[in-house]
Amino acid sequence: MLHTLAQQDPGELVQGLTAVGRGIVYGGAAIGPGIGIGLVVGNAITAMARQPEAAGMVRTTMFLGIAFTEALALFGFVLAFIISG
Amino acid sequence: MILGLDFPPISHLVEWPTIFGSGPFAVNKVVLLMWASVAIVFAVYFIGGRKRELVPTGAQNLAESTIEFIDDQIVMQTMGVEGLRFTPFLMTLFTFIFVCNIWEIIPGIQMPVTARIAVPIFLALLVYVIYNFVGIVRQGPISYLKNIMFIPGVPWPMYILLTPIELITRFITQPLSLAVRLFANLLAGHLLLVSFAVITQALFEATVVGAALPLALLIFLMGFEVLVSFLQAYIFTILAAVYIDAAMHPQH
Repeated sequence: MLHTLAQQDPGELVQGLTAVGRGIVYGGAAIGPGIGIGLVVGNAITAMARQPEAAGMVRTTMFLGIAFTEALALFGFVLAFIISG
Repeated sequence: MILGLDFPPISHLVEWPTIFGSGPFAVNKVVLLMWASVAIVFAVYFIGGRKRELVPTGAQNLAESTIEFIDDQIVMQTMGVEGLRFTPFLMTLFTFIFVCNIWEIIPGIQMPVTARIAVPIFLALLVYVIYNFVGIVRQGPISYLKNIMFIPGVPWPMYILLTPIELITRFITQPLSLAVRLFANLLAGHLLLVSFAVITQALFEATVVGAALPLALLIFLMGFEVLVSFLQAYIFTILAAVYIDAAMHPQH
C-alpha cells in the first residue's frame, strides 16, 4: 500500500486527506450538539405538555438552550471550511 | 465532481465581483444589499412613526407589531421592565438582521448578507462593546471584573477552574459564538439551497421528470429558510438581551 501511495502525486494525496479531515471535523462536531439539542427540545416538550400555561416561558428558554448547544456544531462547520490542504 | 455533478467551489457562491470602487471601498452585490437593508429598516420605522394614527395601517402596523414582539417576547422575558430602555437598540438589531437574512430566498437576489462574516462580526462587536459598557457603568470597572471572575457562593478552590472559564466565556466565547452562529447558519442555508438547485438543474437536463423530487425539496427548503432567517434574528437579539442583562445584574 505504501508503494502505491508513493507513486501518487503528493498534491492529490493532500487533497484527499483534506476532504477526509473536513468530513471528520464536521461529523465529529455534530455528534454532541445533536444529542444535546434532542435533550433540550425533548425536555421542553415534556414541560410544555405538563404545564401548557408556561409554554411561552419554556419556549424562550428552549431557544436559548438550542442556541448555546448549536454553537458547538457551527464552530465545527466553520472549522471544516478553514481546513485547507 | 460528486456523482457526476459539477458543484461550484464555495468561493464562487459567496464572493461577488466588484461593481464599482476599488480597494477597501470596493462595492459589490453584498454591500449594495446591505445598503438596501439599511434603507428598508429606516423606511419602515420612519414611515411607521410619521403619522401616528389610532388604528395603525401599513408600515405603522408593521412597526408597531415588531415593537410589541420585541417588548413581549425578548425584553420582558429576559431583562424585565428595567430592560425596556434597550428596546430601540434590540428592535433595530432584530429588524436589520432579519432583512439581511431574508435576501437569501428573494428570487433573483438569493444572497444572505449575513453569510459574509464581516456583518455578523460587526454586529457581535457592537453588542460586545454595549454589554461591557453597561456592566462597567452599572457596577463600576473593578466590581464588574470581580463579579465575573469570582462567582459568589462557590468554595474557593473551585476558582482555580472557574475564573479562567468565566473570563474566556465573557470576553472571547460570547461575542465569537454570537457572530459565528449567525454567519454559519446563513452560510449553511445558502449552501443547502445552492446544492439542491444544482441537483435540480442537472437532473432536469438529464431526465426532465427526475427533477421533480429535488425541486419539491428545494421549495420546501425555501420555506424552511424563512424560518431560519427569522429564528436566527430572534436568537441573536435574545442573546444580546441576555448578555446585557448579565452585565447589569451580576450572578448571585
